[in-house]
Amino acid sequence: MEKLILVRYGEIYLKGQNRPFFERTLVDNIKKVLGNYDKAKVFKSQGRIYIEEIPVERAALDALSKVFGIIGINPAWKTKKDLEYIKNMLKVIVEDALEKTTGENPTFKVESRRADKTFPMGSMDLNRDMGAFILQNFPQLKVDVHNPDIRINLEIREHAYAYHENIPGAGGMPVGTNGKTTLLLSGGIDSPVAGWMIAKRGVRLTAVHYHSFPYTSDKAKEKVIDLCRLLTHYCGPIRLHVVPFTEIQQELYEKCPDGLLTVLMRRFMMKIAEIIAIKDGAQALITGESIGQVASQTLEALASTDDAVSLPVFRPLIGMDKKEIVEIAEKINTYETSILPYEDCCTVFVPRHPVTKPKLDRVRQAETLVDGEALIERALEGVEVYEL
Amino acid sequence: MRQIYLDNAATTPLLPEVRDEVIRSLTEDFGNPSSLHRLGLQSERRIKDSRNSIAQLINVSVDSVIFTSGGTEANNLALLGTTRARRRYGNHCITTQIEHSSVLNTFSYLESEGWDVSYLPVDNQGVVDLKDLENAIREDTVLVSIGHVNSEIGAIQPISRIGQFLKANYPDVIFHSDAVQSLGRISLKPVDWGIDLLSASGHKVHAPKGIGILYVKKGTPLITLQWGGGQEMGIRSGTENLTGIVGFGKAAQLIYQFMDREEDKISKMKMALVKGISETVPDAVINGPNPYEGAPHILNISIPGIRGETLLHVLESHGVYVSTGSACSSRRTKISHVLEAIGAPIQIAEGAIRLSLSYMNDLEEILLVPDILRKSVDQVKRFTRR
Repeated sequence: MEKLILVRYGEIYLKGQNRPFFERTLVDNIKKVLGNYDKAKVFKSQGRIYIEEIPVERAALDALSKVFGIIGINPAWKTKKDLEYIKNMLKVIVEDALEKTTGENPTFKVESRRADKTFPMGSMDLNRDMGAFILQNFPQLKVDVHNPDIRINLEIREHAYAYHENIPGAGGMPVGTNGKTTLLLSGGIDSPVAGWMIAKRGVRLTAVHYHSFPYTSDKAKEKVIDLCRLLTHYCGPIRLHVVPFTEIQQELYEKCPDGLLTVLMRRFMMKIAEIIAIKDGAQALITGESIGQVASQTLEALASTDDAVSLPVFRPLIGMDKKEIVEIAEKINTYETSILPYEDCCTVFVPRHPVTKPKLDRVRQAETLVDGEALIERALEGVEVYEL
Repeated sequence: MRQIYLDNAATTPLLPEVRDEVIRSLTEDFGNPSSLHRLGLQSERRIKDSRNSIAQLINVSVDSVIFTSGGTEANNLALLGTTRARRRYGNHCITTQIEHSSVLNTFSYLESEGWDVSYLPVDNQGVVDLKDLENAIREDTVLVSIGHVNSEIGAIQPISRIGQFLKANYPDVIFHSDAVQSLGRISLKPVDWGIDLLSASGHKVHAPKGIGILYVKKGTPLITLQWGGGQEMGIRSGTENLTGIVGFGKAAQLIYQFMDREEDKISKMKMALVKGISETVPDAVINGPNPYEGAPHILNISIPGIRGETLLHVLESHGVYVSTGSACSSRRTKISHVLEAIGAPIQIAEGAIRLSLSYMNDLEEILLVPDILRKSVDQVKRFTRR
């Protein structure tokens, strides 16, 4: 008898012809997050992924619970397809389950699946006989087939497998199955959440951050690197581009109307991100904007920023309240890092009275007051790239 | 580009001789000072030598120097240890509004435990008035803690007058002083000054981080915070930080010699800085004490209309390292409590930067600073919020 981890995956069942590709990607992603366990064997068989020769411990389970495409994780046991062996295994499992269950007289149920039809007993028989066996050995237990405290799953496949714990997976689809996008990452609460939401749909991420030294400190850059690292636990490797943005802000400040500074700045950010995205092979941009949150997120302002680029711009948080965004940020563990109080570049060159409903023709007109192409070219020359 | 390090009140680089001694000690002195064999004895001797050098630097007897992990622990030990020992004798402590966070936060913890704490105000130079202390003192006062040199503005408190006043009128009140910023810059005489407890830190005087001392006058009531093998006369158990201690000892020994030989090297550099800045950047305002009266190594200035953090980063891009307010608190976007206490207006407080010197600076580099500051200020001023 040995311990292993069973992984169940969901939505990729739906994908017909693509199914082998999706499964392969999921297996690869699992191998990547289990990189520290070099002996672990990860393979799929009959709609399950099996992870063997791995210590079934907190760190491994936590890492797996962040992999998109998984709907459930079961710490499991396996043994020979032989009734005596199976009974011994069930004893161990019930003992483990009792350790983790509180309450006086816990209830249980056995749910069997016989995938291997050569096994002599059917699943109904298994449920009944194994249930009786458990009752004999653990007199404190009672049966409850509707809402048991302990649900013992027994599966007869190449071997006999059993488990009682089900850890929910992250859901979504395996990262790498739906192309690549570029995330504009400010260092605030919203943008990491936006990236996480798109990655959840199986999309790989690259990231762009705008750095305004000396108006923002290098600690602000460190913070964005930390945020990216936190995202990699879910999204796989991320290439982060840090773009020097000070000169663009200064030029806009000196030459363009004060009230339009923010919208012009955002247009430059989008344009630079688009160039980087295309170079990286990304097919869309992601921002953390939500309607009305700040002056640069009115419908007019959003239209003005969209106008600057031709790639699609995804805004997964567009209809969310701050509270909902914070809840996700806390769940994915980026919140604490996001709220570290280093000035980020959006707070330095902020106009006193930003135009909240910028007219597109006026914005385009104002933009011609600076040599945009030259500014963008110089900014791109100074890009620092981090492979995280 | 020449690097000019002017953040010595935050921490100082190791003196080369200290570094060599630390490396030697790391390799050779691995024995546990409590071990009975030759190697243990050798380590014990190193500690004895270091304790001697430090005792000599602060003019106290060698058995009154307790090694700690730094200034913060020394302050915690002093405040918590004496209030515990004096719990039955009173319920009141006195400190100032401008202490280091390791003193202020310890007192606010003591308040949550039921102690009553008075926070003395300071004048616009950052100095307390002895009269305020006289008025604050009560029958149930057990502890007075007043730092010697303020780390942000360099104000010097009249601790010898305070100590002598206390010893003459309230001999049972324990007097603690945080001397982290004054050690090695101003000569200390805790015995003559009537000080019972005095904290100091190694890394402010070119020794490694992670080592400090608490001077404990013989007979001062103090309950340990840390129980164990009884090291450091039972006041601070735990296997000694030998490399830190050896480094601190070496630094103390060297500084003892500097202080005789180059007594006014640091203050000369500070005066050159003040003169240069007032000529080159006339809009600069000095925060805190008159430069002749404050600590020789700390100068706090503001340029109205400029945020300190922005100026810090521009100066950094020209190779000059300073800090805004106190380095420990620059993570918070909060006005410094010290500048608030001296009544600095908010625009001035937001713009404050601190330049702090050490023996390892030289006059030649200091003379370059005013022009770099001018250049940086111009650079920031071109783009300020309209």
